[in-house]
Amino acid sequence: MGKAIRSAKKTLSVFASNRFLFEELVKRDFEHKYKRTILGMAWSILSPLLTLLVMKLVFTQFFGRTTPHYTIYLFAGTIVLSFFKEATNNGMTSMISNASVLNKINVPKYLFLFSKNVSSLVNFSLTLIIFFIFCIFDSITFHWGFFLLIYPIACLVVLNLGVGMVLSAMYVFFRDTKYLYSVFLTLLTYVSAVFYRVDSFPPLVQRFFLLNPVYVYIKYIRTVVIDGMVPSLQYHALCLLYAFLAACVGALFYKRYNRKFVYYF
Amino acid sequence: MGKVIECNDVGIRYITGDLKAIGLKEYVMRRITGKYDVKEFWADRNIDFYLDSGDMMGIIGSNGAGKSTLLKAISGIMEPKEGSIKVKGRIAALLELASGFDGDMTVKENAYLRGAMLGYTRKFMDEKYKEIISFAELEDFQDRTFRQLSSGMKSRLAFAICCMVEPDIIILDEVLAVGDGAFRKKSGDKMREILNSGVTGILVSHSIDQVKELCNKVLWLDHGKQITFSSDVKTVCDAYSEFLVTKELPGSEEEIKELSLSYEKRMAEEKAKKDKKETKKLEGILAKGTKNTAIEASLDIIENNAPELLDMHEVGKWRRKNNG
Repeated sequence: MGKAIRSAKKTLSVFASNRFLFEELVKRDFEHKYKRTILGMAWSILSPLLTLLVMKLVFTQFFGRTTPHYTIYLFAGTIVLSFFKEATNNGMTSMISNASVLNKINVPKYLFLFSKNVSSLVNFSLTLIIFFIFCIFDSITFHWGFFLLIYPIACLVVLNLGVGMVLSAMYVFFRDTKYLYSVFLTLLTYVSAVFYRVDSFPPLVQRFFLLNPVYVYIKYIRTVVIDGMVPSLQYHALCLLYAFLAACVGALFYKRYNRKFVYYF
Repeated sequence: MGKVIECNDVGIRYITGDLKAIGLKEYVMRRITGKYDVKEFWADRNIDFYLDSGDMMGIIGSNGAGKSTLLKAISGIMEPKEGSIKVKGRIAALLELASGFDGDMTVKENAYLRGAMLGYTRKFMDEKYKEIISFAELEDFQDRTFRQLSSGMKSRLAFAICCMVEPDIIILDEVLAVGDGAFRKKSGDKMREILNSGVTGILVSHSIDQVKELCNKVLWLDHGKQITFSSDVKTVCDAYSEFLVTKELPGSEEEIKELSLSYEKRMAEEKAKKDKKETKKLEGILAKGTKNTAIEASLDIIENNAPELLDMHEVGKWRRKNNG
């Protein structure tokens, strides 16, 4: 335990001494995302809205009639899922796209992954604001439970980092990771109950959905926003468990393989 | 004093063969069917040397000798598979760095980002930024995006940022000078200034003369093997030059000495031969030629043997005048 704390301390001090680099990297990612395009930030808002519009048009016929606040139901699913997709996809390519620097300068490589995640988080926050505006229009009353939404989002950020670390390492070694992962993401979209309800499944199958961390976080947000309830303590533990697992596996992957990246760039 | 860099029996291994090209699906399939096949390749093996504070070591060896790999291991980018590398102090590695800039960002943004990557602080960059830009001669281009710069400008900026360091240890991989004529001289001067400031350094160079001029220790690598590590730079460099001609690797210290001697002998012979040829030519010209061609031939001889006697500017003028 003492060793773990020491190594965590060391990591923190390395991170502190690289703050300047981290800030510059975040700045660069922002430039890329917002400054050089005409639409800029507007696109970050437009794109999820378009997705929402299409889904609403298509799926209201099938699922919308029985689901209260169906727009909000859809919206909660799409923003969480697209945050996960964006953060992990960007995380995956973060090492390779900086290969020319990483194989010449000795810098902590995870900073490149972290900075990508920061810009994805900011993007997500923008869509979250739109989400709340939609909530007002859909006559959903705000209550103190809304502050609890920070919890699943924080867990999701940690999950994204963990998954990103695993993926970025795999992408260095296997370039087809990108295609396999896009297939995986498509499947994930269908099992995350973005546009349908899980109530129609038998109880056992409903439990299976809880194996999907993205669904777990989506459900948390829906429970708070649409049902106006706070999930149970066990449910909070489940959220934390997924984040913790992802962080551990990601850290192990990174620690084990990051020294080998340079041979494969 | 004390050892600043210590390499103990270092070996660095690459894995070649299947892994990189095949992708995950194929990797799993080959693992299952047992057809997965990788070979190992030792880029460096049994490398053993140490440097004291203030030492400047040159690494020589033909392409693929493992020089750049060794530098990467010393600067911490790669980890040796065998042995250990101990380094005391802050390393600045001046490898070829014109790549890795961001095309969409301005010169200033790129300079700060690169500075951050090299481990500078923001305060340091704020202080040195003006100096960097004026050294790179990019004052008028600060707000351009990087895409709009020529490749010469890019390498000038890369060099200028790199050489602002005050490191304890400097590592140079063939970047003693960059850019066009005037800048080449400036960067070369700057580099020598850094090297002569008493830092400990490692220099990879294909120019034997550079190694002779700047280094007090030399490491000769060939196909990942250490041929020798010595402080007798002249002997080793001469032996290496001879090796480049004969392609026979020396096996021991004695053989290195022999090689170096035979290099000196060969150089002396070549010089004598050349002199003889020139003399003959001069004799021929004197016998039947004009005054100017005779002067031309004597100038050639002096240029070959004692160029310091001549004012090349005047010589050039004279030559232009007489050759029309």
